[in-house]
Amino acid sequence: MNYAWNWSVLFQAPYLGWLGQGIAMTMMVSIAAWIIALTLGTLIGILHSGASGALRLVTGCYINVFRNVPLLLQMFLWFFVVPELLPKAAGTWLKRDLPHPEVVTAIVALGLFTASRVAVQVAAGIAAVPRGQSMAAYASGLSTLQRYKLVLLPQAFRIVVPPMTSEFLTIFKNSSIALSIGVYELTAQTQQIQSFTYQGFEAFTAATVTYMTIALIVTALMTVIERRIAIAGPLARG
Amino acid sequence: MSGFDISVILHALPFLAKGLGLSLALTAVAMIGGLALGLVIAVIRLSRFRFPAMLAALYVNGFRAVPLILVIFWFYFLVPLLLGRPVGALYSVLIAFVMFEGAYYSEIIRAGLKSVRPGQWQAAQASGMTYLQTIRLVVLPQALRKMAPLMVTQGVVLFQDTSLVYVVSLHDFMTSASIVANTQNRIVELYVFAAFVYFAICTTGSVLAQRLSSGRRHAY
Amino acid sequence: MIRIEGLSKSYGDLPVLRNCSLEVGRGEVVVICGPSGSGKSTFVKCMNGIEPVQAGRITIDGEVLPSKPAAAARIRSRVGMVFQHFELYPHLTVMENICLAQIHVLKRGRGEAEAKARALLRRVGLADKESAYPTQLSGGQQQRIAIVRALAMDPIAMLFDEPTSALDPEMIGEVLAVMLELAREGMTMIVVTHEMGFAKAAAGRIVFMDHGEIVEVAETQHFFAQPSSERARLFLSRILAH
Repeated sequence: MNYAWNWSVLFQAPYLGWLGQGIAMTMMVSIAAWIIALTLGTLIGILHSGASGALRLVTGCYINVFRNVPLLLQMFLWFFVVPELLPKAAGTWLKRDLPHPEVVTAIVALGLFTASRVAVQVAAGIAAVPRGQSMAAYASGLSTLQRYKLVLLPQAFRIVVPPMTSEFLTIFKNSSIALSIGVYELTAQTQQIQSFTYQGFEAFTAATVTYMTIALIVTALMTVIERRIAIAGPLARG
Repeated sequence: MSGFDISVILHALPFLAKGLGLSLALTAVAMIGGLALGLVIAVIRLSRFRFPAMLAALYVNGFRAVPLILVIFWFYFLVPLLLGRPVGALYSVLIAFVMFEGAYYSEIIRAGLKSVRPGQWQAAQASGMTYLQTIRLVVLPQALRKMAPLMVTQGVVLFQDTSLVYVVSLHDFMTSASIVANTQNRIVELYVFAAFVYFAICTTGSVLAQRLSSGRRHAY
Repeated sequence: MIRIEGLSKSYGDLPVLRNCSLEVGRGEVVVICGPSGSGKSTFVKCMNGIEPVQAGRITIDGEVLPSKPAAAARIRSRVGMVFQHFELYPHLTVMENICLAQIHVLKRGRGEAEAKARALLRRVGLADKESAYPTQLSGGQQQRIAIVRALAMDPIAMLFDEPTSALDPEMIGEVLAVMLELAREGMTMIVVTHEMGFAKAAAGRIVFMDHGEIVEVAETQHFFAQPSSERARLFLSRILAH
C-alpha cells in the first residue's frame, strides 16, 4: 500500500475546526431528532398497541410508510418535494425564510423516520407484558388509562430500554445521511477534508474513532440506567 | 411546477429499470456474501477459542458502531489503494456492503444459534459430533426457522441502504431517479415515484418476513 | 348476589361456553370443577366481565354488568379476583401492589390504603413482606398477597381461578388455609379448583362443567356421595384416585 500518512493534517487549521463543527452538528441533529422520535414514537406505539380498529390502522400505516422508504429518499422528499406541494406561500417560506432549512429538514426527517422504529419497539414492549397483568388490572376496576399508566407502561418501559439503546445509537449513524441534503455533519466534514487535502484516511479514522466513542459512551450510560431500573423493581427475566 | 407529469417517468422507465436492477443485484450480492461471512463470524464468536472469538466480536462491534456511508467512503478510497490500481466504485461498494452486512448478519445468526436449547448441543456432542458438526447438523437446522424472518427483515433494510451508494455516484435506482429528476426538472414526479417503488418492494419483503415468523409459530 | 343467565362464548368457530346459568347467593361458597378444557376458567373470568361474552346476562348485586369491558370497571372493582399465576405487578412492592387500585379506583388516601393493607397482611402472616418485590417471594406467599390485594378493595364477592394449581405442593396448604378462613367468615366465593378437600370442607354447592356446559349443580355432600351425571362420576373417580 502506497500512502503517505500525515496525521498532523487533523490538527491544522481549518481542518481541526471542521472536525469539531462536524461532531457538534452530528450531536445536535441526532439529539434533536431523538426528542421528536421518542415523543412521537412512544405515542404512536401506545396507540398502536390498543385494540381500537381505526387507530390501529392509522398508526400501522404511519409505521409501514416510514419504515419502508429509504431514509435518504425521505430526506429528499421533505427537502425538495414537500415545499413544492404546499400552498405557495408556505413553500416559499420553507425555501427562503426558514433559517438553516437543511438542518431543520434533516432533524424532522430523521425524527419522523426514527419515530416509526421507536413505535414498533414500544408496541412490542407493551405486547410483551403478560396478558394476565392486563386482566388483573381490569379485575381491580382500573380504567384503560390507569391500566396503561400504572401497570402496562412501567413494565413495558423496562423491556424497551435495551432496544431503545440500539435505536439511539442508530440515530447517530443515520444522521450521516443528512450530508445528502447539505448538512455538514461529521461524515461530510471528513469527506470535505479528504477532497481538500487528499489525506482521507486520517480524516476517516478520526470520524470512525468519534462514532465508536459515541457508541461506547451511550452503551455504558444505558448499562447504568438498566441497572438502576432493575434495582428499583427486580423483574424476573423470562 | 404544474400538474403531475407521468410521461416523464414513462420516458425514463428503461433508465430507471436499469438502476433498479443494480439496486437489486447489489442487495443480492451483499445478502449472500453477508450471510456467508456472518455465519463464519458467528461460529467463531461462539467457539471455545478465546482470541479469535474476541477478534470476531471486535469486528462486529466496530462495524456496527459506524455509519454505512462512512464505511462506503473508507472502501471507496481504500480498495484501489490496496490493489494498487483503480477498480471503479462498484467493486469497492460491493466489498463494503459484504463486510458491513456480515457484521449485522452474524448477530442474527449468533442469536439464532444461542436460542437452541443447551440440551441439544450436549446431546449432539454426547453422540461424538465435533463443534462444527453440531452446528451444521443439529443446531443450525433448528435455528434457521427462527432466523429466517429476521434475515428477510435485514434484507429489506439492506435494500433500502443500497440507496446510499448515491454518495459515490453509482447509478442505482435512487441515483437514477435523482438524475432524471434534475435533468428533466421534474423533482416531485420522480421522487414520489421512487418512494412508491421502494415502498412496494419493501412492503412485499416485510409481509414475507411476517409470514415466515407466523408460520414458524405454527410449525412448533 | 351474582346471577348468570344464558352465558355463551366462542373463539371463532370453537364454542367455549354454552348457555351457562348459575345463581350464587350472599355468603355462599361455590366450587366449580371439571376436566381441563371444560371452560371453567373462562366461565369465572366472564363473571366480572374481563372476558367478553357473545350472549347472556350477568347481574351482580342487582346491577347488570355492561357488555363493554371498560364500562364495567366500577362493578368489577366490587368483585375480587385471584388468578392462577397470581398476577402481582412485578414492578411494584407488595405494599404498592395492594394499594394501587385502592388509591386509583376507590380514591382512598395513601394512609388509609396502607393501614388497610397492613391489617390484612397481618391476617395472612406476611406483615414483614410489605416492602419486598413479588419476585423475591415464594409462590405461596405471592398468592396470599394476591388474595390480600383483592380483599383490600372490600369486595362483596371473591372469584378464584385455580388459585393453587401453579403452586408447589408444600405451598398449597397455606393458601387454602386463608381461603378456608374467608369462607368461614361468610365471604361469597366462587372457586375454580381441583382441590376436592377444600371443596368438601368449604363449599355449599359444586358446579361440574364439561365441554363448556354446566353438567351438574349439586349440594356438596350429594355430589361426592352420588353424582347424578355419568361424566361427573367418571371425573370424580379419576381425580379421587390420586
